Amino acid sequence: MKIAEKKALKRESIIQTALQLFSANGFHKTTIPDIAAKLHMSVGNLYNYFSSKDILAQEIIKYTSEVLGEEIRKINMQDISAREKIRGIVTVYFTMAQEKPEMIEYFLRVYLSNREVFSDGCEGMVCVSGFITEIMIFFDDAVASGELRNQDFFSAFGLFMGYLGGMVFLKGEGVLPKEIEYYIDDISRNIYNALKA
Amino acid sequence: MILQSRNKPKLLWLQSITCNGNTHSFLNHPELFSILSHFELVHHPVLESAYTLENVIKGEVPCDLLIVEGAFKEEGFLKSGVEVSSVLKKYADKAKYIISAGTCATFGGIFKENDPEEISGFCFDGEEKTPRYESYASKLISLPGCPIHPRWLSYLLLMIASGNKVPLDTLHRPVELYGYTVHTGCTRNEYFEWKIDAKQFGVKEGCLFYEQGCQGPYTRGSCNKILWNDTSSKTRVGTPCFGCTEPGFPQAGLYRTKTHMGIPATMPLGIPRRAYLTLTGVVKSFKIKRFTERLMEYDK
Ligand code: SF4
Ligand code: SF4
Repeated sequence: MKIAEKKALKRESIIQTALQLFSANGFHKTTIPDIAAKLHMSVGNLYNYFSSKDILAQEIIKYTSEVLGEEIRKINMQDISAREKIRGIVTVYFTMAQEKPEMIEYFLRVYLSNREVFSDGCEGMVCVSGFITEIMIFFDDAVASGELRNQDFFSAFGLFMGYLGGMVFLKGEGVLPKEIEYYIDDISRNIYNALKA
Repeated sequence: MILQSRNKPKLLWLQSITCNGNTHSFLNHPELFSILSHFELVHHPVLESAYTLENVIKGEVPCDLLIVEGAFKEEGFLKSGVEVSSVLKKYADKAKYIISAGTCATFGGIFKENDPEEISGFCFDGEEKTPRYESYASKLISLPGCPIHPRWLSYLLLMIASGNKVPLDTLHRPVELYGYTVHTGCTRNEYFEWKIDAKQFGVKEGCLFYEQGCQGPYTRGSCNKILWNDTSSKTRVGTPCFGCTEPGFPQAGLYRTKTHMGIPATMPLGIPRRAYLTLTGVVKSFKIKRFTERLMEYDK
């Protein structure tokens, strides 16, 4: 394996581990030595990859945004109706909340609650553009095909993501009476009905 | 075709259905007569010339270079009782070059709106080729614009007069003039890059793309490179470009950029949608103080 490939793998494993620790214990309670210890590497070596905890946190949000964006991109590429795409996006989001809960947790509990960490270098949509771009493309196609109503981007985006985020939050708090998949159909229909032309 | 002064190419300017805009635009050229001195003007609708319209209609006029202005209809558009299309055919067959001057002559333009089925440009109907295209493609040069810039026409005439080859694109437009967009050279480019919109017409600050309907990023033309009256352009004074050089002109809603949930329905020329949206999403996140301020304080 080439050195560059090795470094890339190491980098990704740091991101994965830090992601889990940040999501589970919170941003402030997790230290760089904690992360290094879990990876069996020295603190000094970890700093070779990420020069500060803030920068590591920013790289994680970029990484999760890319992973989620990539899933939505696959849906965008399919030749299906906007209604079916909404169902696809809801499913992807909830599946991720089940299988990789740390990713969604990170977004809700680290990214949204520690804005000062992300203010310099992750302004506005800079670090989440991988995900936002795919949502934009979904909306653009759906309005162009006449299926969804044309409106301001943020009123549609807020409705869509606010709803999904809210459900995952309820799940995280342990107050949802059923497994999250149970709600996919109803939620997809609600979103579609709210946004349709 | 190198030309002796005694053997100047014979220039015939014919009009079909037109508002005269291209003729008038050309009359504003500061070196009009010096340009025309390279040609023998056999007939022009408003300039003094050797042959009358009557001679033209009878088919008696020599013609090396035919400039056509105005939109076409195969039947039903008469001049002095004769179908314009038949007069044009006569000279188009003879000519060594045919220049379609203006968007009407090139693609159909404004007049096409009246009867989109019947009215078209001389060799193009919007972007589609008309049956006439096959016969004339080898000598056709398109100069769309509503109206054309006088210097675009003079560039072409002088290139022809001096025997130069004029490189053309697939719609037969000279690439030297139409190879870049109106967006090139616009003084508002920095605002476009950072997605700062002008909130009203006529101000110096802000880009006119999102809120005023500017078509500059997808309109081919040199309006911001070869300035109008050697001084200015629409976008420089704070009016959006209407895309008057394009086959789809005039679009409905000239002061509006069509958007889908705030996303432009048409991307700037050649830019992939995903890349554009990624970049705009990122740049919109920045608040740059310099761009929120007036360039000049008038009220001091
Ligand atoms: S005003 Fe029009 S041409 Fe100028 S930068 Fe904006 S979009 Fe481009
Ligand atoms: S700025 Fe646009 S609308 Fe105005 S003349 Fe140029 S191409 Fe035509």
